[in-house]
Amino acid sequence: MDVFKYFKEFKMDVLKEVGNIGAGNAATALSRLLNKPVDMAVPKVQLLPFEEISEKVGGAEQVVIAIFLRVEGDAPGNLFFILSPDAAKSLLKRLAGIHVEEGDFNEMEQSALSEIGNILAGSYLSSLADFTKLSMSPTVPSLAMDMAGAILGYGFLQFGQMGDDALLIDTTFLEGDQEVEGQFFLIPDPESFAKIFQALGVPLEND
Amino acid sequence: MIEEQSIVKVGMADLNIIRHSGVIRTLGLGSCVGVTLYDPELKLAGMAHIMLPSSEIAREGQLNIAKYADTALPALMDKLLALGASPSRIVAKMAGGSQMFAFAGSGDTMRIGPRNVESSKLILMELRVPLLAEDTGGNYGRTIELDCSTGILSIRSVLMGVKEM
Repeated sequence: MDVFKYFKEFKMDVLKEVGNIGAGNAATALSRLLNKPVDMAVPKVQLLPFEEISEKVGGAEQVVIAIFLRVEGDAPGNLFFILSPDAAKSLLKRLAGIHVEEGDFNEMEQSALSEIGNILAGSYLSSLADFTKLSMSPTVPSLAMDMAGAILGYGFLQFGQMGDDALLIDTTFLEGDQEVEGQFFLIPDPESFAKIFQALGVPLEND
Repeated sequence: MIEEQSIVKVGMADLNIIRHSGVIRTLGLGSCVGVTLYDPELKLAGMAHIMLPSSEIAREGQLNIAKYADTALPALMDKLLALGASPSRIVAKMAGGSQMFAFAGSGDTMRIGPRNVESSKLILMELRVPLLAEDTGGNYGRTIELDCSTGILSIRSVLMGVKEM
């Protein structure tokens, strides 16, 4: 586990580029769907304690909407697309003309959100797979609306066996007026990093 | 006069205790399980936020004992006993262990919530601590809070509101 603490800046930069390419393509996909420009923040790559990862979306108790995909193949991991309930409502309104009533999302609205998440996460992953030439196939997306801690905890299980931190590739994108703000969290399994680096021609030795 | 209530927070893969008055709380339990141990006579309470069922799968150098059911519960028990709790008085309550995402995925990680619950129950039995109440399973997150002066565990979730037991 400690090996992640000593990743040189260069390796972190490689992982940032991984997030950049994935989220960049997802942002393009979203921009096409909305027919509007979508901006993206520079990805952050950090080794963070589990607690702090929840803080990134407003704390462990903050209610968020998450579309979760387990990535299978050469470099397995967990991919979350996270939206606030307000951002999700705005997204539904623009993309599907659905006005969400006060309160909970109904089945139809959840299904539409899940599909939007699937399109975005799919473009994130497929661009990553193209870039690395690794096979990365997503499972069927699963949608949850719940406390951030409860949702994200699921993404930490693989790291949990090795320590109390997870390496997170975090990319935020926003539409001009910030009405649609979404975050991608890619948490590759600890074993996947060597494969990602190898595929990208980064020397493997622990320097 | 409003007395200021002390709040002890328990993080993920963490455990802690509280004495006399105040509440002990952990936020956002998903597949994790929150287990409380309580000695009603001493008003002494402990809580563990357990993430994984067994330390056998651990691959970490420095084991975080609060993370695994089989190490966290004995450690929490020891803490209570060290403060004078009687093994015959200690009772347990438990919440969490849900399955947040419902799809047919690969293998055991999908069932981690139920496995955390099963393992915690087994360890409680080995420690001979009776389980008074539980609110486990389902597919939603929970925040739990134990009131040290009464031993009442309140469970909050987005869908179901607040429940006490």
